[in-house]
Amino acid sequence: MAETLLEARDLSFELGGRRLIDAVDLTVAAGEIITLIGPNGAGKTTLLKLLLGLLDPSAGRVRRRDGLRVGYLPQRLHIDPILPITVARLMTLTVRRPREAVRAALDEVDVARLIDAPVQTLSGGELQRVLLARCLLLDPDLLVLDEPVQGVDFAGEAALYELIAALRSRRGCGVLMVSHDLHLVMAATDHVVCLNHHVCCAGSARSVARDPEYVRLFGARAAEALAIYSHHHDHDHDHAGEVVPLEADGAA
Amino acid sequence: MVEDFILRAGLAGIAVALVAGPLGCFVVWRRMAYFGDTMAHSALLGVALGFLLDLHPILGVVCVTVAIALLLLALQERAWLASDTLLGILSHAALSLGLVVIGLMAWLRLDLMGFLFGDILAVTMADLAWIGGGGLAVLAVLLWIWRPLLAATVHEDLARAEGVPTFRVRLAFMLLIAVVIALAMKLVGILLITALLIIPAATARRLATTPEAMALWAAVIGALAVVAGLAGSLQLDTPTGPSIVVAAALFFALALLPVRRRARP
Repeated sequence: MAETLLEARDLSFELGGRRLIDAVDLTVAAGEIITLIGPNGAGKTTLLKLLLGLLDPSAGRVRRRDGLRVGYLPQRLHIDPILPITVARLMTLTVRRPREAVRAALDEVDVARLIDAPVQTLSGGELQRVLLARCLLLDPDLLVLDEPVQGVDFAGEAALYELIAALRSRRGCGVLMVSHDLHLVMAATDHVVCLNHHVCCAGSARSVARDPEYVRLFGARAAEALAIYSHHHDHDHDHAGEVVPLEADGAA
Repeated sequence: MVEDFILRAGLAGIAVALVAGPLGCFVVWRRMAYFGDTMAHSALLGVALGFLLDLHPILGVVCVTVAIALLLLALQERAWLASDTLLGILSHAALSLGLVVIGLMAWLRLDLMGFLFGDILAVTMADLAWIGGGGLAVLAVLLWIWRPLLAATVHEDLARAEGVPTFRVRLAFMLLIAVVIALAMKLVGILLITALLIIPAATARRLATTPEAMALWAAVIGALAVVAGLAGSLQLDTPTGPSIVVAAALFFALALLPVRRRARP
């Protein structure tokens, strides 16, 4: 069992009499990717902020491992054109690191060439990669990524999820991310938590996709789309490369 | 031969410009132009309070402008009124309240125009000392909070998640604005102070690729505007405070002209 990085128990948050987060339990372990999905306004970002300590819970608690270093990629980072700032400067806003370290972090996400680019000239995908590199510069034990593929085109989305999975393998850090799209993230996640203020269902991507709660939240269409997607995975390969049928789990 | 009062006016103006430039950069980066304006408009109430409580006017102004800023932040939290509506209400209410209170203090013979539009040529040695000392203090604090304030300006939650005490930094920033308003009031008047914060900063944007360079350019442009405005007002016999603002605006227009080489961000 991997070391627990972060643990929330019975976490609730109320704002203006509305219960935005309702008795959520969540555990993130080292080397594990957990994806939070849910409809708009389900409280995904609020939950992340509670876990990061940016909001104080109304009830319940968050326990973090001592000395846990967290890299946070916020949902929206808009930098007004009036602020002149380069990528290198954005990376070192709160930490001082030598230029080689900044370049190495950018290189790890394949955007080292952007080191001196003004932040406002980046495309959506480039900005998300830079922000990811920014997290890496902190040498994090845990990455908290709020919609990391936001503003990224379709092909870029899959590449970014692959990158996140690769970073996890390389660095052994835990990843907690918000995604709006279960079937894209499916291949790159260990555990899916479907949130609509409370935890509706949780488990492997496949089991969540079949869960009636998920179907109710996202509609039969989303579930069907997922079935089509998982069709490509309705068999598995043994180590000799032979096709072997999956367990009953494979049928969506 | 430069007359003493002109020299004092120039020195005081340059000192304020050197402080207002860098601070003004944060005002435009944080989109707080009207926030600053509202604080400035409440300064008159601070002057009145200073007289009532027998405080130094600078202290009175700092207290009242900070109080207004805190009130604004508290009201913004409730979010049942749009921010600009709220700013409009507080800004004009505070200005009018200041005018009314001063009107009630019939024994007080204040040069109201001087407070509203500035009277830089009447700067005394004592004023100069206040402005010099206060300006240096503001710059020192700004330098001290520069990195955390910049981080909080780029993204408040991100900065907090990475350990920046954003609330305290923001509070310190507001205090600095309040002090600059108090220092600059005598020079350009409470109605034009925001111009000194914003116009040099906006002008500097075109010349800079880093936040620090923009701050330095803003300081330089502000100082140049003070010198040009002062000289122009003496030459043309125009009101000095507004002349400085006009000079700054001309620099801004000038900075808009030539640069079209680089692709716009």
